[in-house]
Amino acid sequence: MTAFFRGKGWVTGLFIMLALLLVFTRVIQPNYGANDFGSLVRAVLPFAFAVAAQTVVVIAGGIDLSVASMMALTSVIAAAMMDGATEEFALLVVPFVLLVGLSLGALNGILIVVTRVPDIVVTLAMLFVLQGAALLVLDAPGGSAAEWLKELVVGTASVPGVPEAVTDWIPKGLLLLLVCLGIVWIPLRRSWLGLSIYAIGSNQLAAFRSGVPVARTRIIAYAIGGLFGAMGGLTLTMSTGIGAPIPGPYLLASVASVVLGGVVLGGGRGGLIGPIVAVFILRLVRTDLTLLAIDPNVAAIVEGTIMVVVVMLGAFLAMRGRTQ
Amino acid sequence: MTTSPLLDATGVAKNYGAVAALRNASLSVLPGEVHALMGANGAGKSTLVKILTGAVSADSGSILIRGQAHEIRSPAQARRAGLVSVYQEPALIPDLDVASNLRLTRTPVEPFRQWVRELGVPDLDLGETARDVPLAIQRVLDLARALAIEPDVLLLDEMTAALPSDLAEKVLDVVRRQAQAGRSVIFISHRFLEIAALCDRATVLRDGETVGVVDIEPGVEERIVELMLGSRMEKARASAADADDGRQSGTTPRIGVRKLRVGAKLQDVSFDLHNGEVLGIVALEGQGQDQLFGALSGSTRPSGGVIEVDGQAVEFAHPTDAVAAGIAYVPGDRADALLMQQSVHHNIALPFSANPRSWGPIDTGRERDIVRSAIERLQIDTRAQGEVQRLSGGNQQKVTIARWIAADARTILCFDPTRGIDVRTKKEIYQLLRQLAEQGKSILFYTSELEEVQLVCDRVVVIFGGKVVDIMPAGIASEAVLTRASYGLPRDAKPASDTSAVNASDKLGPS
Repeated sequence: MTAFFRGKGWVTGLFIMLALLLVFTRVIQPNYGANDFGSLVRAVLPFAFAVAAQTVVVIAGGIDLSVASMMALTSVIAAAMMDGATEEFALLVVPFVLLVGLSLGALNGILIVVTRVPDIVVTLAMLFVLQGAALLVLDAPGGSAAEWLKELVVGTASVPGVPEAVTDWIPKGLLLLLVCLGIVWIPLRRSWLGLSIYAIGSNQLAAFRSGVPVARTRIIAYAIGGLFGAMGGLTLTMSTGIGAPIPGPYLLASVASVVLGGVVLGGGRGGLIGPIVAVFILRLVRTDLTLLAIDPNVAAIVEGTIMVVVVMLGAFLAMRGRTQ
Repeated sequence: MTTSPLLDATGVAKNYGAVAALRNASLSVLPGEVHALMGANGAGKSTLVKILTGAVSADSGSILIRGQAHEIRSPAQARRAGLVSVYQEPALIPDLDVASNLRLTRTPVEPFRQWVRELGVPDLDLGETARDVPLAIQRVLDLARALAIEPDVLLLDEMTAALPSDLAEKVLDVVRRQAQAGRSVIFISHRFLEIAALCDRATVLRDGETVGVVDIEPGVEERIVELMLGSRMEKARASAADADDGRQSGTTPRIGVRKLRVGAKLQDVSFDLHNGEVLGIVALEGQGQDQLFGALSGSTRPSGGVIEVDGQAVEFAHPTDAVAAGIAYVPGDRADALLMQQSVHHNIALPFSANPRSWGPIDTGRERDIVRSAIERLQIDTRAQGEVQRLSGGNQQKVTIARWIAADARTILCFDPTRGIDVRTKKEIYQLLRQLAEQGKSILFYTSELEEVQLVCDRVVVIFGGKVVDIMPAGIASEAVLTRASYGLPRDAKPASDTSAVNASDKLGPS
């Protein structure tokens, strides 16, 4: 039972919860359709990448407070560079922005490893630095995005041979999310590097003794976090068509989804699927509360309560499993 | 022998700041040999191990493996050079399953499986998360993982300590065969029995230097103890006068410990602590003394046996219960006991003013008086009393003791209270403990500095492998006698030795 809750059980539970929520949404809003689901996905996209960034870092035993600022900075860099440029130029902008995210993430990691200042302090400092940098790039929302980039998150995917009734429910944004996360996460999860990231989060001394280069692995984990952050920044620019220098509410949301998604904040345990499903749950709850016309202030309280209750319930079940 | 050594470390030195952990250590291990590495607490054994395994780098000296110089900067490099270690604590990543742990260390699976079976664990599930594998089995897996990559030199640090005897037998057997196959094993153990049964030679460290390499043969234990102690043998003091074991028998002891067991570490401990007595506890590191103090101070629950206070059996569910019974615990690490950012006053007042059983307002006048008298009594240097962390280590330790005097505890459990503090303060603490005993308080005193036993204690209990192996009056408890006893050897030396000091203490043995 314990092993069940530590492994696939948690993720399965989250999927069930998401399914129930979708059914519930359909009940309170009978005409909730594919279009609404599409806009849910679009709203979730930047959150999901923030969550992915946070997940990698937390599994490695750290925390990244700079994730929202990172997204703001990469978003305005992309928007500023594409402003007035040709469509083809955007093909260069995307890899450049991803590289910026990767390097800034690595800088986070290097500062933590070299200065030995606690991660929470370094990334908090980075939060302010990146926020300032974003305002230097664009002092107000502006810039623009290439049309083909905006297209990537608009509408649904058309797969030949699959009836439209099905593809209506597969927004392009969802595919984009799955592809971007999969390209990084799946090879990582199967590699020695991935094992090392789990190892340093689980027990640093044992990892060192197992021959894991602890410092290097930590830097890489932050770099991957930065890469996901840059992806999040790009999706912000894609879906709004501009860059906004003020960070969105992504930091706390990312930590919340990581916890709800079954990743232990101490590191070493959990995966990426859980937190991603969790972020969908949290956004859908918000949608439902809006549909129910509940005061947004009350809605925030409800969201917080759900999080605590679910995590407590999980811990309780795991504990019972251990004593049996 | 003419064969060249597989591992040859010479002139290894390491300083931590001003402290020389290793001055001039050497270790030379021949092919096909099981080589014991020995030394008392603080002799530099663990530093040498850290250097060999790449956890720290040496300041000077050379390490040759198969005649080739190697710079070992990480466990991974040590591995590539052919030296693999099995550490005292399991090195499996707790959140990964066994198979992933093997992948992480790039260990071939089939040989690993074979070794695991050979070591007496027939049904291992590679999919199991390491955290869920029992501790003893984890150690076996560590060993199997090391054996599977066929290292030239295998370093085993207290390998058998946490193992049940059947598994330990298997381990020793495998180690022996490893040596027969022409590989070398460095074997670190506190158990002379194992060393005698397994090892070919032993290197002895003292004060950061290699002081001798001996062949293991019958009776070599004495020679090793001599080497470990060095000149300290001569300080053995003859005062057989107060050698009466049965002090205060007949009266009810303040604390009676009967067949106490705590987890796997503390197995069978019985002794009495009387009013007005300082009872010493002597043990090598990790023999169960931590668990003993944990149980007596109410922070660990015993798994068997009885603790009696004033003749009444008690069960402590929480340190509060122990404090309520008048038992105070002064931990070895002062940082565990003190509120470092708070004032001396606040720290001393904490136990009696913040009594968890009474929620009323604090009587500050009374508090001030009690604290002042405690400070005077212990001559605590109060120049920096605003924050305890700015006091010297010795003064901090005085504060931890002062608070319990102020709280009027009848029994004080001191766990290595003088570690790392200056000589003068040490003396003051000795005097203080003696004074407290004269006032009828009882004190349990664990120390890692054996000379303190005769300075402070009335009697001393020696624990080895979780069991009481000897209880003796302090008068005969010289460093030599205590060292032998703490390695599980009989307390009196055999006359085979040629050192006069041994013979002197030999006559004192009450056998």
